[in-house]
Amino acid sequence: MAQIFHRSTNTLSRVTIFGAVFIAGFVLWVIGGIVRSPYVTNQGIAREQPVPFSHQHHVAGLGIDCRYCHTSVEKSNFAGIPPTQTCMNCHAQIWTNADMLAPVRNSFSSNTPIRWERVHRLPDYVHFNHSIHINKGVGCASCHGRIDRMNLTYQASPLTMEWCLDCHRAPEKYVRPRDQVFNMAYVATDQKTLGPQLMRAYNIQKLTSCSTCHY
Amino acid sequence: MAHKDDTPVHEIRPVTQEVRVPERYLPTPTIEPGHSYASITDHISTIVLRKRTPIGWYVGFGISLILMTVLTAAIGKLVFVGVGIWGINHPAGWGMDIINFVWWIGIGHAGTLISAILLLLRQEWRTSINRFAEAMTLFAVASAGLYPALHTGRPWYDFWLFPYPNTMTLWPQFRSPLMWDVFAVSTYATVSALFWYVGLIPDLATLRDRATNVIARKIYGMGALGWRGSAKHWYRYETAYLLLAGLSTPLVLSVHTIVSFDFAVAQIPGWHATFFPPYFVAGAVFAGFAMVLTLAIPARKFLKLEDFITMKHLENMGKVMLATGLIVFYAYLMELFLGWYSGNVFERFMVHNRILGPYWKMYIALIVCNGLAPQLMWVKRFRTSTAMLFITAMFVNVGMWLERFVIIPGSLHRDFLPSSWGMYHGTRWDWSMFIGSMGLFLFLLFLFIRFLPMISIFEMRTLLPEAHAHGEEH
Repeated sequence: MAQIFHRSTNTLSRVTIFGAVFIAGFVLWVIGGIVRSPYVTNQGIAREQPVPFSHQHHVAGLGIDCRYCHTSVEKSNFAGIPPTQTCMNCHAQIWTNADMLAPVRNSFSSNTPIRWERVHRLPDYVHFNHSIHINKGVGCASCHGRIDRMNLTYQASPLTMEWCLDCHRAPEKYVRPRDQVFNMAYVATDQKTLGPQLMRAYNIQKLTSCSTCHY
Repeated sequence: MAHKDDTPVHEIRPVTQEVRVPERYLPTPTIEPGHSYASITDHISTIVLRKRTPIGWYVGFGISLILMTVLTAAIGKLVFVGVGIWGINHPAGWGMDIINFVWWIGIGHAGTLISAILLLLRQEWRTSINRFAEAMTLFAVASAGLYPALHTGRPWYDFWLFPYPNTMTLWPQFRSPLMWDVFAVSTYATVSALFWYVGLIPDLATLRDRATNVIARKIYGMGALGWRGSAKHWYRYETAYLLLAGLSTPLVLSVHTIVSFDFAVAQIPGWHATFFPPYFVAGAVFAGFAMVLTLAIPARKFLKLEDFITMKHLENMGKVMLATGLIVFYAYLMELFLGWYSGNVFERFMVHNRILGPYWKMYIALIVCNGLAPQLMWVKRFRTSTAMLFITAMFVNVGMWLERFVIIPGSLHRDFLPSSWGMYHGTRWDWSMFIGSMGLFLFLLFLFIRFLPMISIFEMRTLLPEAHAHGEEH
């Protein structure tokens, strides 16, 4: 009886069995990369907005405080998106004929809010509260990045749970004095000693129970 | 290869005295006399290699396909709508999903027990039924696996059950028996599959050599992994098989022990009992043997395998069923005793409610099926009657399902607080899933008996007298 398989089948089968381990490992590695990539997390992707609002211009250029627009950030879970009226405080006086600002004027005259595209989207099953983070000394820039350098706003952090827990498990790595929270350019000089000190001073706990955020 | 009439030299010994042994002391053979190496190989491999598939196979396979359609519909509905289509709701959060899971996984115990433990105990009679029982195990585990996977409600996230470096930097809850279940069942499925496959290799080579169809030759050839039957091959094969047997032996005990922890670790009266692991393991073996009998009795008839699966096998399985049935019955009685002995008002109420509560019919049926029916196996006449064995096995199959019903919704429906009492009923989708999972089981089983040798050919050859011509070393 003739051979069913060619001699090369021996090599082929050895290579496939041996290779399967590496192929499986490689596939898992690729999947692990994809779920952490901006394709899934939206990190670093600037959203197209009805008005190309520049934080860089308003914050770094003009020196407007975060709270001028995001009024409820210290008191509420939601930082607050300013109403058109806030824009018009200035833009009733300056750049009154700029084409770029036409949607703002339309919104103001027709009394309909501007439909901003949401940049930071958390799943419905997780609750985030801005006020507690602000009051415990977490700087805006710790999560939102150098927003004073963003021409168009994008999500600076991956917003994965692993990213949340990175701080919740070790807040001392990130906390800053309360008076520096809105300082975009703040750089800690000695975080190693400052962090634990602030944790004691502000009574910061390492909240890692599920129901801290999922309730 | 020795022939039947070549009597080995050392067996020719002078007959000094004729000893008359009464017939009832003569052992029943594990293979009917008159077979040779060639006839065994022919008989078993022809079932697989014959060109014309018997009409009965098409009928059975067709029925299993219809049931598979029911399963597809049930799963489809579940994926689109959610677990709300099932009867589970407060207070019975576990219902037929878990009943059926435990039922199937219990059935999946006979295979490894027969293959591994009986191999290590050198019980030769296992040879005729081990392949078949192992296949049954695999298919039962496949059917069982459907339920926990689907009852998560979002089966597409089931990979969360496994510990892997995820973007949540979270591990699964290792302190939960449900987590242990994931490992126990997946390990069992893997090891059983390996054991089954390794056992198949020499037979796949036989099929490769005997197949006339070129494609069949190639497919069996790939499965045979280049088996040539050299002494080196056999040496390695035997070592591997023995190692796998050793590996699967603890699994027989561990899987159902851990399934029992799903209940025993919780504080629900009727679940929270220390004797659950041995009780569940005995129940699993009981259920497994009942299912092997349920399938083997028709299979040996339709495929004319009476020579290989002899009355001795059936009788032995009847005995195992009786022994494990007694353990299970003892556990039922202990359950009642411990409920009373605990002195705990909730435990005592559980006992009362089990017998006289709304599900009393289930409990009575359970005692009849699992407590009384196996007692028939004390009688040799019943143990050696295929009809009686089949009927008893069917009672046990039903009884084991009832047992899980009595344990799961039977304990959950009466909560600690009377205000949260409720009732559990399976919906038509629950039943569709159950019937559908039987379809999956039968579907795989029919494919198996058509395309693979359901009895181990090479191991059957070792049962022949000439295989022992050189002593018992094999």
